Amino acid sequence: MINSEHRSVVVIGGGPAGLSAAIAAYDAGAKDVLILERDGRLGGILNQCIHAGFGLTLFKSELTGPEYAARLIDMAAERGIEYRLDTAVTRVDADKTVTCVSREGVFRIAASAVVLTCGCRERPRGAIGIAGARCAGVYTAGTAQKLVNIMGYMAGKECVILGSGDIGLIMARRMTLQGAKVRAVLEIMPRASGLPRNVAQCLDDFNIPLMTSHTVVDILSRNGRVSGVIAAKTDESMRPIAGSEFLLPCDTLLLSVGLVPETELARDAGIGLHATTGGAKVDDSLMSDIDGIFCAGNMLHVHDLADYACLESEVAGRNAALYALKGAAARGKSVPVECSDGIRYTVPMQVLSSASGAITFTARPSTERASGRICVEADGEEIYSKRELGIRPACMLRLTLNTAQSDKLRSASRICVSVRE
Amino acid sequence: MKDVIIIGAGVCGCAIADALGEYDCDIAVIERASDVACGASKANSGIVHGGFDAPIGSLKAKFNALGNPMFDTLAEQLDFPFRRNGAYVLAFDTDRISSLNALLKRGIANGISGLKIVSGDDVRKLNPNVSAAVTAALYSPSSGIVSPYEMTIAFAERAYMRGARFIFDTCVTSVTRYGDYMRVTCSDNSCYEARLVINCAGVHADEIAAMAGAGDFRIKGRRGEYYLLDKTQSYLTDATLFQLPTALGKGVLVAPTVHGNVLVGPTALDTDNKDDVSATALGLAEAADKGRLSVPSISLKSAITQFVGVRAHSDRDDFIIGMSSVEGFYNVAGIESPGLTSAPAIAVHVAKEAAQYLGASRKQDLVVIRKGIPCFAAMSDDERAKLIASDSRYGKIVCRCECVTEGEIIDSIKRPLGARDLDGVKRRTRAGMGRCQAGFCSPEVIRLIADTLGAPITEVTKCGAGSYVVAGRI
Repeated sequence: MINSEHRSVVVIGGGPAGLSAAIAAYDAGAKDVLILERDGRLGGILNQCIHAGFGLTLFKSELTGPEYAARLIDMAAERGIEYRLDTAVTRVDADKTVTCVSREGVFRIAASAVVLTCGCRERPRGAIGIAGARCAGVYTAGTAQKLVNIMGYMAGKECVILGSGDIGLIMARRMTLQGAKVRAVLEIMPRASGLPRNVAQCLDDFNIPLMTSHTVVDILSRNGRVSGVIAAKTDESMRPIAGSEFLLPCDTLLLSVGLVPETELARDAGIGLHATTGGAKVDDSLMSDIDGIFCAGNMLHVHDLADYACLESEVAGRNAALYALKGAAARGKSVPVECSDGIRYTVPMQVLSSASGAITFTARPSTERASGRICVEADGEEIYSKRELGIRPACMLRLTLNTAQSDKLRSASRICVSVRE
Repeated sequence: MKDVIIIGAGVCGCAIADALGEYDCDIAVIERASDVACGASKANSGIVHGGFDAPIGSLKAKFNALGNPMFDTLAEQLDFPFRRNGAYVLAFDTDRISSLNALLKRGIANGISGLKIVSGDDVRKLNPNVSAAVTAALYSPSSGIVSPYEMTIAFAERAYMRGARFIFDTCVTSVTRYGDYMRVTCSDNSCYEARLVINCAGVHADEIAAMAGAGDFRIKGRRGEYYLLDKTQSYLTDATLFQLPTALGKGVLVAPTVHGNVLVGPTALDTDNKDDVSATALGLAEAADKGRLSVPSISLKSAITQFVGVRAHSDRDDFIIGMSSVEGFYNVAGIESPGLTSAPAIAVHVAKEAAQYLGASRKQDLVVIRKGIPCFAAMSDDERAKLIASDSRYGKIVCRCECVTEGEIIDSIKRPLGARDLDGVKRRTRAGMGRCQAGFCSPEVIRLIADTLGAPITEVTKCGAGSYVVAGRI
């Protein structure tokens, strides 16, 4: 075993979040920042997202996933940021010792600060318990995306897609462009769960029916491969309506039924997780409840756009560098952020009295509204509000407070975020 | 001409091939699937039963009692995961304690030691998640858990090392006696001759017996549906939790698996379609509801997969083991629970009878130790470093959920009777068995199978012919 390397900041995961965190950490003075990436290349899941639509906020231009990744990789390269590929982290200890494995062996790196940017994973068939045959031809949309875009193989020729998450919508278009027949996208909820622009560009433009309030109740197979699915309408409580079943012949069922933060390392390290997001609980420096371990990107909570995951990761990277260089400040009072009236969760989930600087909240709406005012209250006093149009759960809200507003929050004993008329 | 043809490569077929391998005889195992353990042997509760509930004097009672103590040595020699975790049979009403006493008496009559009745509080002291409604339980310390498919694979591999040959993807279509030998013909028109045929065809054993003219029993398929929960739920119970049969029907168990998951099931529903392993919404709901009687806090949010096994229930309500009315045709049929526990003892018994019939003598130099695939996930960092130094492919983690390396996956494909499809790799290495259910690793495992077998990716399957994974090149 190879031991006793030291780094000021170790970033775990070299996707968009990890690259952004590492760049920000470097720029904040952590010149020896190291990225550990389990895959054979940097860029993470962006590498298989060959469609355009990335980077409108961050780079002010419309990029494909690999182009977007290349920008970040170039920025990291300009700074000479070190990274190791095909290197899987197997453990992060609370003392910030990072154990990893590669073809060269087992390594331990002592870090002053760690940023976890491990991304997320797709919910598989088993997580939603679809009845039916246990045959080939049932894939998560992301797996199909890898088969098609990275490996160059068709996942199937006649598809039904269950769930209208963004990857499912993107894959409906991708499979169609590649010559497959996409029979329908079924969504158990009364509305699409992906972004409106993806519904328009990936389904409407290709005449692929979006069947809301529908689900798959059975999977049929022939010779060990999917031969069709039985679809059914669902009621308000998302239960299939008896008698509404119909057959959709297909050889492939793609699932786009939600993403879950990948928190194994965080959990094993003893980091507290948030019941709603499934990711780590963090304060406004994006530090977890273990000093010096920061979290960002889809590992913290599942984002709508890569741009926002990157912006968030910059905060984590910068704060990790400050922590590593200046040492731990005594933690002050931590005030939880209460979510009410149309807000499902916010990141950060708590505000630390001892921290400093402007706070940006990311908030996930719980219901659809044509318009509303997003309000932040400190001890009952409204200190920030912003009017938003077309509020929907698929799109996150960003609340950028100024320093004065942030300082008010830091001295408050109750903080509340809500949507008002 | 072979000495013995075994039909079916489930746990009985493989264990018998292994035990017969101790004798000087030529063995072939014919299996319709593409791998061993593709029927009930891969889809069951994985319990090594204490042996208290089989009817006194039955073959089930006899072989359960003989089989259970064999597991410690077998697990060591054959390198498969096994643990004696103990089991409770839970009673939910005070008036059911008499049923527990009856079970205790039966257990004692079956020769099982260590059984005792404990109070509900005693159960909860060690297993705090057990329902407050539990009033008492029968405790069986010798009950254990095992990985049923890994055990079957281990038996098959040692049988192979002892000289048995396996013929996969081959369906038997006729079994006929010719003079002093048996002739077995198959769907691909191949034909095998042997002095003895051993019928280990699981749910189809009655159909095979009928082909031979010995069809004096029926096998009914009895479906059992299961939920498998994430490893994060392992705190729910460390012991196997059975239920006394209640007015609600047969009990469902909640048990840990040897790999740290939690199993909830099975249901029991007779079926005419013995090969139908589709899960049903009703069956899964029943498994979950009944599991919650034992452990109310079971959450399906933590489910990672569901599966269905079909038990081979004979109309004689017991194992059918012995030479049939047709000389040279031997039945090992109706092997339902406690079949997995009994299989090693059944194998020793059958091998002895078969060797006697064939006049085969014991071999001199016998392969005893079968070494499994190195399990990277279970190793310390120092052990991992050593393994990677021996072969750098053990340093590339392919399945992140179960921490399975490229080296292990290639090993699983290259070894004798190696994996040829995704499910084969999964059962041998656990790649794809974790919480993402192969979402991340399957493209890479597909590539490794194709590379290692020298086949195009378009020919890689999930579980044998027809179950193709990709539908062509772009």
